[in-house]
Amino acid sequence: MKVLVAMSGGVDSSVAAALVAEAGHEVIGATMKLWGGESDRGCCSVGDVDDARRVAQQVGISHYVFNFSEEFERQVVDPYVEGHAAGLTPNPCIECNRHLKFDRLLRRADQLGFDAVATGHHARIVAGADGRRALRRSADAAKDQSYVLHMITGDRLAKLMFPIGEMTKAEVRAKAASMGLETASKPDSQDVCFVSGSGGRETFLSSRIALHPARVVDEEGRHLGDVPALELVTVGQRRGLGPAVGDRYAVSVDPGSATVTVAPPQALQVTSVALGSVSWVHDEPGEDEALLAQMSAHGAPVGARWDRAGLVKLDVAVRRVAPGQSVVLYREDLVVGGGIALL
Amino acid sequence: MQVYLDHAAGGPPHPAAVEAMVGWLSSGYGNPSGAHHVSRLARKAIDDARDEVAGFLGFTSGGIIFTSGGTEADNLAVLGPLADRRGAIVASAVEHPAVLEAARASGREVRLLGVGEDGLVDLDQLSSLLDADVALVSVQAANHETGVIQDLEAVARRVRRRAPGALFHSDAVQAAPWMDLPSVLRCVDMASVSGHKLGGPQGVGALAVRPHVALSPILHGGGQERRRRSGTQNVAAAIGLAAAMRARGAMRGDGDVTGVRVATLRDRLCATLLGAVPDAVASGVGAGRVPGHCHMRFPGVEAEALLFLLDEAGVCASAGAACASGAFEPSPVLMAMGVSKREAGSCLRLTLGPDTSEEEVDFAGEAIVSCVTRLAGSSGEREVLAR
Repeated sequence: MKVLVAMSGGVDSSVAAALVAEAGHEVIGATMKLWGGESDRGCCSVGDVDDARRVAQQVGISHYVFNFSEEFERQVVDPYVEGHAAGLTPNPCIECNRHLKFDRLLRRADQLGFDAVATGHHARIVAGADGRRALRRSADAAKDQSYVLHMITGDRLAKLMFPIGEMTKAEVRAKAASMGLETASKPDSQDVCFVSGSGGRETFLSSRIALHPARVVDEEGRHLGDVPALELVTVGQRRGLGPAVGDRYAVSVDPGSATVTVAPPQALQVTSVALGSVSWVHDEPGEDEALLAQMSAHGAPVGARWDRAGLVKLDVAVRRVAPGQSVVLYREDLVVGGGIALL
Repeated sequence: MQVYLDHAAGGPPHPAAVEAMVGWLSSGYGNPSGAHHVSRLARKAIDDARDEVAGFLGFTSGGIIFTSGGTEADNLAVLGPLADRRGAIVASAVEHPAVLEAARASGREVRLLGVGEDGLVDLDQLSSLLDADVALVSVQAANHETGVIQDLEAVARRVRRRAPGALFHSDAVQAAPWMDLPSVLRCVDMASVSGHKLGGPQGVGALAVRPHVALSPILHGGGQERRRRSGTQNVAAAIGLAAAMRARGAMRGDGDVTGVRVATLRDRLCATLLGAVPDAVASGVGAGRVPGHCHMRFPGVEAEALLFLLDEAGVCASAGAACASGAFEPSPVLMAMGVSKREAGSCLRLTLGPDTSEEEVDFAGEAIVSCVTRLAGSSGEREVLAR
């Protein structure tokens, strides 16, 4: 097979490239250049492209750079900024996967005559009971990334490979070290690639939009304090809301009235989540099917059902997920689908 | 078949250059600044090379400063004169980044000189940009992407009239392989050239300056190159550069036989592409171009995808401007010529060398037509936009 390996310059995709090449496929590596602006970390700095190129040289494959920065700006960065302005807490990595890695790159690969695209994600593609390919959690539970892959639809799974899905992170690093790859000891990427570690979210957002002060009130509307930037407040947050807030947490962020409402922790407990942007790997689950819902990248799954009308009903009360974050439904350790928590 | 059509990025060294460098490296090793006979041999070698370079450029030997390449030469030309000159820098919008970024880094006001659709600088605008408060004017001899040749005499006349105190620099990196530099550069105060663009090695270039030009160094140290560029000279590379220039001059011969031959091949390649791809647009055709450059755009075709397929097909080409990561950006040169950002992302630069053959050009033409046709009909950016 002719396989395009998406190489970010990290250890996981380095080893993915090596494994696909070792398996005897015709392999070409590509690094997506996504972010054109200033950043000191993440998967698209010049240094990361250099790292990927060096690994490709060592593995003995050709390497190309695909400049998707315009699409990234339009489909990931702009919505991220607009989401924050609307009081959401968006996860740009989800949108990057949805629009760039598992759409734009797949179409580019198809256009260039590739049979498959491999990435260095910690997840597995397995044959499901119905014979269709299914998306399964990684063999390394602690590093499992199936949550951020929930938007991959079944037809795309057919063209994808996750070569390190059966390995633990330790095994991946050991493999990279045994091959003498410099990325073997490279730290995992953290946080949002286009937000710099030094400036943080505030600096980034303030370069794009005006940040607005907001009143912090309790559920009765009593004024408890003020925050300098409503756009930086996340539902579930307590810190930074002022001393009068005490043991209360943000339960709503309303840009219209420039108000952050806080309430005691029990007010954050919910037994259902409304989702938008819902997608399914294969079929939409039935109303009565017992599923598991995971509400953050490494959160513990809880029992849940899907009401087929936009609501995930949870078996137990959980701390409310911030609007804009993803909720992913599993059948045991197979991804069924997911969506984004609404306001 | 492998066809190399990226000579503007760097071509194979001329055998005479390789021979001269190997000859030197296998016997000479002295530091040209030393005081003994081993050093004197090195000094003679680099000064002989300097004479050759001076003759090729039409400058005096004392005005030749060896540098690490075209970029350093451009930086020295832009930044070097500013120590004793006040005022702004005027540069064309289609200059190589080595000029534009150096100008931006200088802290001086930068006045950008626009170009027309044909890629030629707007001489009327130039007149309006020039005044007594201009320290330096930089206009290239030929463009790195389109190959468009600027009328340096016309620029120089305006500079002398309206900004008589300003220095006139020209980046001649792309012109050097093809043009008779002593006549082209007669009107300029400073000119930059690069080794690997004309059959010499990488990592060497030269800035040529007239005797009246005072330069402050940008590299500080032992004061080599008449205190204008510190650092032990790369003697072997300078010898290679000189040998390449000698070979290039000989190749040109009477009546520029090589240039005429290559221009004919280039025109044939352009004609093939324009004939087979209905909406293809050639760049800079209204102006004179150096013989090697064939630059065009194929609307709706992403340059990146095209280059990938061409590489697989055995054709080495280029597109737009490569950024630090190696990703291609929409061509700033085309955008300066009034082409939209989207269309500037669909261009292809094919640059022939003095040895490019008819067979190679025909092979490349066929491969390009086939790849462009394939991409024009496949899912790509168009589909994204439709959503």
